[in-house]
Amino acid sequence: MNFELIYNNFFIILSGLDETLKLVVISLSLGFIIAIPFALARASSFKILSQSVYYYVFIIRGTPLLVQIYLIYYGLGTILFVRESFLWIVLKDPFFCGVLALVINTVAYTAEIFRGGIQSVTKGQIESCKSLGMSRFIMYFKIILPCAFRQALPGYGNEMILMVKSTSLISLITIMEMTGLARNIMYKNYAPVEAFLAAGSIYLFLNFLIVQFIKFLEWKYNPHLRIKT
Amino acid sequence: MPLLFFMLRFDLLIFGDTGWGDELLISSIMTILVSLSAMGLGIFVAIFTTWAKISGNFILKIFANFYTTVIRGIPELLVIYLIFFGGSASIMYVAKIFGYNGYIELNAFTMGTISVGLISAAYSTEVFRGAYSILNKGQAEAAHSLGLSKFHTFIKVLAPQILKHALPGLGNVWQITLKDTALISVTGLVEIMRQSRIASNVSHSPLTFCLSAALLYLILTTFSSKIFNKLEDYSNRNDIVA
Repeated sequence: MNFELIYNNFFIILSGLDETLKLVVISLSLGFIIAIPFALARASSFKILSQSVYYYVFIIRGTPLLVQIYLIYYGLGTILFVRESFLWIVLKDPFFCGVLALVINTVAYTAEIFRGGIQSVTKGQIESCKSLGMSRFIMYFKIILPCAFRQALPGYGNEMILMVKSTSLISLITIMEMTGLARNIMYKNYAPVEAFLAAGSIYLFLNFLIVQFIKFLEWKYNPHLRIKT
Repeated sequence: MPLLFFMLRFDLLIFGDTGWGDELLISSIMTILVSLSAMGLGIFVAIFTTWAKISGNFILKIFANFYTTVIRGIPELLVIYLIFFGGSASIMYVAKIFGYNGYIELNAFTMGTISVGLISAAYSTEVFRGAYSILNKGQAEAAHSLGLSKFHTFIKVLAPQILKHALPGLGNVWQITLKDTALISVTGLVEIMRQSRIASNVSHSPLTFCLSAALLYLILTTFSSKIFNKLEDYSNRNDIVA
């Protein structure tokens, strides 16, 4: 074990942190916004809508993320129709390909988590909204979605951690984020353990922050569960 | 969508010398083999780590918690790289202590099994621990008062019940393990992902082979979740339906 090497590697790998964070933040926030209508569609009684979201989730959850990334990065580019359209501006950039794959992936998982939350909202709450004369829109945005989100928080926290871990796969399509830099160090110095320790500790710290953040949100949105002193 | 259908080159998927059908089939078997052995290794390791977590020994518990936290908090790819680049070196280091100075190289299958197995073990540990925690404490006490030895209590009374409660969770771990094997393709093991990359590089039609890889994984996950459903039905056959 070479501690000087760990120390030097740490700062090299840390320089990939902004790329990792960019991927995480963009794909998580886009995924969150897109997942809400998907979850509503999945929970709706409209059969075609709910079925199509079901099949989307089924396909995404049944295939590895790596296949999805390769499919978008290598596969879509070979279609002539895509090459000639405006889509090519986005798809020729590996970063956006990665973001696209991550968003498609996280939307499927998040929609399923939110659906569980939406369906956990009790019937009595919906009935009382209706008896108060709320419009559907207000009912969803003021009552059902906040309650559903609160219910889905622990599951969503897991999804956030999975997302941080998933960004490491983007290193396979030439984006040099932390795992890519760690792999380079392993190749060059033949110091796998040192590079692993440096990169692993940063990932662990990121995930630790997410766990704390989710704990804080759960504390904030569940005031009725707080222990009164 | 119909346009996409015409772009796929189905002639590349036939069996024989001109197509990649047989190669893809063999690589699917490889994926199944790696997943099965990784899952087996994972459950084997998880039995010990679960025991370490619930045995009450403080130091063992810290080690087990550290292991599961680290593995579940670090990208799988990083763990695979660590084993891929560091596996042979560390085994040679251990062999040197025992007086063997030759060169040892692990093949891709072993390294893939070890890396995915260690990841799968961390998830299995949590599943087993959860299953153990919902067991009634009276079960062990009753077995003890009947005069069963500790070993028999575990084998005859606790283990079957733990397994029953753990089965749905193990199904999820199996899905994760199966999908994680796609990452072993970076070490050069020819499984579905690697084979489809090779085929698309040779034939210059990545769309066809990426889609067929996705389809193969989808078939495997769907089929195995059916099997797990059957197993769950079997393990719940004596439950009283309310």
